[in-house]
Amino acid sequence: MKLSPQWIRDFVDLAVDDRRLAEDLTNVGISVEGISGSGADTVFEMEIGTNRPDAMNHYGVAREAAAVYDLPLKQPSALSRQPSAKPSHDAPFPIIVEEPELCPRFSGRVIRGTRIKPSPDKVARRLQLLDQRPISNAVDATNYVLWEIGKPTHVFDLDLLEGGKIVVRKARAGEVLKTLDGVERKLTTDDLVVCDAKKPVGLAGVMGGYDTMITEKTRNIVIESAWWDPAIIRKMSRRHALHTDASHRFERGADFESTVLSCDLVARMILESGGGELVGGVVDVVSKRMDQAPVVLRVEEVRRILGGSLDAGRVFHLLKRLGFELIPEGQADARFRVHIPSWRLDVEREIDLIEEIARLHGYDKFESTLPAYSGAVVELPHAAMDAAFRQRALALGYDEAMSLTFISHADAEKFSSAAAGFSASAKVLELENPLSEEASVMRTSLVPGMLDMLARNLNRDVPEARLFEMGSVYELSGGERVEPRRACLGATAAAVKALLPAGATLDVSKGEQAAAAEAFRGFKGDVESLLAAFAGDVSFDRETAEHFHPGRSARALVNGAVVGQFGQVSSEVAAARKLRQDVYIAEFDLEQLYALGLRPVRFTPLGKYPAVERDFSFVFSDEVSFEQMRRAADGAGVVELRAFRPVEIFRGGAIAAGKYSVLLRAKFQSDERTLREEEVAQWSGKIVAALTGLGGTQRA
Amino acid sequence: MTSLCSWSRIVSYTVSKLTDYSAAALETVAGACVSACAAEAAEVRSEADLKAFRDRWMARKNGILTQINDLWLKGAPKEAKREAGLHVNALKTRITEIVEGAHVGGGPSRAAEQVDITLPGARRAIGAEHPVIRTMHEIVGVFQKLGYSVAEGPVVETDYYNFEALNFPPNHPARDTQDTLFIAGQEAKPQRERLLLRTHTSPVQIRTMEKMRPPIRIVIPGTVHRNDPPDASHSPMFHQIEGLAVDTNITFGDLKGTLDHAMKALFGSNVKTHFRPSFFPFTEPSAELYVTCFICGGSGKRGSDPCRPCKQTGWIEVLGCGMVDPNVFEFVKDNGYDPKKVSGFAFGMGVDRLALLKYGVDDLQYFFQGDVRFLEQFG
Repeated sequence: MKLSPQWIRDFVDLAVDDRRLAEDLTNVGISVEGISGSGADTVFEMEIGTNRPDAMNHYGVAREAAAVYDLPLKQPSALSRQPSAKPSHDAPFPIIVEEPELCPRFSGRVIRGTRIKPSPDKVARRLQLLDQRPISNAVDATNYVLWEIGKPTHVFDLDLLEGGKIVVRKARAGEVLKTLDGVERKLTTDDLVVCDAKKPVGLAGVMGGYDTMITEKTRNIVIESAWWDPAIIRKMSRRHALHTDASHRFERGADFESTVLSCDLVARMILESGGGELVGGVVDVVSKRMDQAPVVLRVEEVRRILGGSLDAGRVFHLLKRLGFELIPEGQADARFRVHIPSWRLDVEREIDLIEEIARLHGYDKFESTLPAYSGAVVELPHAAMDAAFRQRALALGYDEAMSLTFISHADAEKFSSAAAGFSASAKVLELENPLSEEASVMRTSLVPGMLDMLARNLNRDVPEARLFEMGSVYELSGGERVEPRRACLGATAAAVKALLPAGATLDVSKGEQAAAAEAFRGFKGDVESLLAAFAGDVSFDRETAEHFHPGRSARALVNGAVVGQFGQVSSEVAAARKLRQDVYIAEFDLEQLYALGLRPVRFTPLGKYPAVERDFSFVFSDEVSFEQMRRAADGAGVVELRAFRPVEIFRGGAIAAGKYSVLLRAKFQSDERTLREEEVAQWSGKIVAALTGLGGTQRA
Repeated sequence: MTSLCSWSRIVSYTVSKLTDYSAAALETVAGACVSACAAEAAEVRSEADLKAFRDRWMARKNGILTQINDLWLKGAPKEAKREAGLHVNALKTRITEIVEGAHVGGGPSRAAEQVDITLPGARRAIGAEHPVIRTMHEIVGVFQKLGYSVAEGPVVETDYYNFEALNFPPNHPARDTQDTLFIAGQEAKPQRERLLLRTHTSPVQIRTMEKMRPPIRIVIPGTVHRNDPPDASHSPMFHQIEGLAVDTNITFGDLKGTLDHAMKALFGSNVKTHFRPSFFPFTEPSAELYVTCFICGGSGKRGSDPCRPCKQTGWIEVLGCGMVDPNVFEFVKDNGYDPKKVSGFAFGMGVDRLALLKYGVDDLQYFFQGDVRFLEQFG
């Protein structure tokens, strides 16, 4: 909103320059965000809060300036000559208000025999300075008064009003009004309209009618200045998508006492520029007074809220400067009965007065203090687990990323909580007013966002990307909204391969399948490192969602509950997203993980006696998994077996198709003695027997 | 010939006859020989030194190697010949290496073992914490040290918590400023139960006061949404940190003191704070807090250029705050929040914008794209 400091100076004799004025106004909450132009053409770019419609005009800001500098405020120059004609009860124009609740006050004036022409230079220039387009002396008069004292008014061509009266009523079903912007508007019975005897001629407080507007031919004018119920103006403005300078002020609350003044100011400007004469006095229909109740202000309460040592005298003077009337009450002067000026609809309570005192006194003048506190600091229950997960992901070389919380319908279906195995019954939350179709549903998974981020890196020639994100998904479950925490890892194949520990290659066979096996194992290692932060033993199966490669993905379970899924993304998903590389994804249900708690640390005594390792070379059918071998070895009844792991895997060469050779390493150790050669040989025999029992053939 | 003298001074090794031809003894004498040779090589200071050094060890006629060959190998008893041969051959190889590697100004061993310390280190990847999360942790940490507990609340909120209980009446113009994203299909519900994406973290004020009796001190980090199309300074999703302190006798001065302390902890003890009147429905009096620009130090200039982050004003707006409006307490009065007895202050700040300013990032969108080239800068 633009205002002219020159215009403000019409009402208060300011000694300060415009720059200082802007600063001082800003410091009392009448915010000047920018200054442009110079001299008489200087313009303030204002930002006035929705609670201060009284300051959305020059007079209102002048009033604030007068309070800041404790200077007298001049009155806007009212009518220089009073109407020659009859007293007001002999209304020249009957005004009938059928909706007194919605239109508590309606004032009007009639001018006859005027001429419509361009506004005088001073008026036109001032309006142009505020980016307002001058139209004609009569229309400009209403606009000028709006910017001068903040009161919207309207002018009708009297001769175009049928039936010689004005009626304020609800619109009738089927009625149509062409507004000043030329738009035909279908009215509903919720609309409040200003009518002549036959038809609506204005959308109350929002915009006047086209058919009764002022034209070059107009000679006789009716000036309308009403006070409308803010709520109905707001509803109409929204319903008709018509936000005007008038509706902006009416829906925030205009000055009840300015209806007559504004009529007079408009009338004066028309008479001065176009001539003519006033007919009769002002017609002022007050159906209901909107006086604000006085507010009791206790100086003690001022101090309780603001601190410091403001005394009654200072309180009295600060409020007085803003136009409040204070009457001391009770004993001494520790209490006031405060009468609220009609333009301050935002002031209704004691706290509102305290704010007025604080801002005019100056926020920076209050001493800074630190409050004492007797409570205890409590951490969120999951804070330590959040930190542990994040710390591990960072240590594993994943950069923390953050994706938007909206996804598309298609992604919400494909990457649902049900697909992830985290929730069977969750339903999606759709947005009523989404930013786009691609962002119309609240995310059900972090995977779509992760895939987009990986794709972005690949498309920008960043082949190695390792990312993780921790965040919630947003769904309905059993009719209730839920926001379960999730985490997602994502890595490009190049990044996974680059991080495989040197010298730790297991599968030394040639070919793409062996490389994929190694990459999967590398990524699984990261998943295991993350899961190892939490209590409970993890097992894996192959029951993964469709968006994973069926042969290169796994599900992680703890105590039968799914805590995560991970692996290479399916070729369909990779193709649909035009991924330039294979990518690996892991999604975790942090709710399940956090329920397990962090893994408690218990010290295990370090072995005093040396361990002995034995290798076994076997050929197995492809159907036999390492997990089966591990179980077989565990089941061989060797208490001293401390570890059992694969060392090398090979397919091809002399090994028949459908089979693979595996070198396995067992570690034996006792807490009580050094192991003897014969017992190690005996245990090795047991393990060989167990592995042979699985269908394995020991190699020489 | 001072240099020769200095080199000659350390020359003391002589080849002695052997009596013990055991492997261990041979090892010992060979080791002593290598050490002596290396020590002499290290003292070579000139071309003359180098020539003298070479001749002394390698000369066919009476060089040390020749002497060793004569004394240790040829003089060995028959049964020890094999063992002596192995050791002497190995010794010759080592000595030859040392002599050939010797150069003026240093021994052969130093040169051969020297690595290029200017080659870049082979780094292991370490992940970088997200700049917004990092900023959030810093801010929360400052308030935790001041006795604030962390609270959280839902992102998908009801109209009641996001608006009504924060003193935004239905149909109030103040709601227009919030650019709310609504959840679809809520028409059948009463207005206060309708779901929307919270536009600020302030609803958690009410949720916490419903659960905990005063006194309370909480900070609330969280995700919020508004219907703002993404551009360099806007995002439909962003982050806020809310704070709330309620007790008997909390004053506006306490609000100022607390935030002044927090800003100094966050931006350095030199920053100044400045409070300006503002309007929020749920606080009164309300204020905007400005700090002296931490980019230009409050001068409004960077060198001779205008400082952009503060628009040359020297001040940066960092948060909105105020005393809790008594109308807000009315909604939780039954849990001990009688506005006649308690008072409090609240504040809320946009984390993303602060991170943007703090790290000099020129486009908010970088935060939400997962571009490794961007993220790695925060590692």
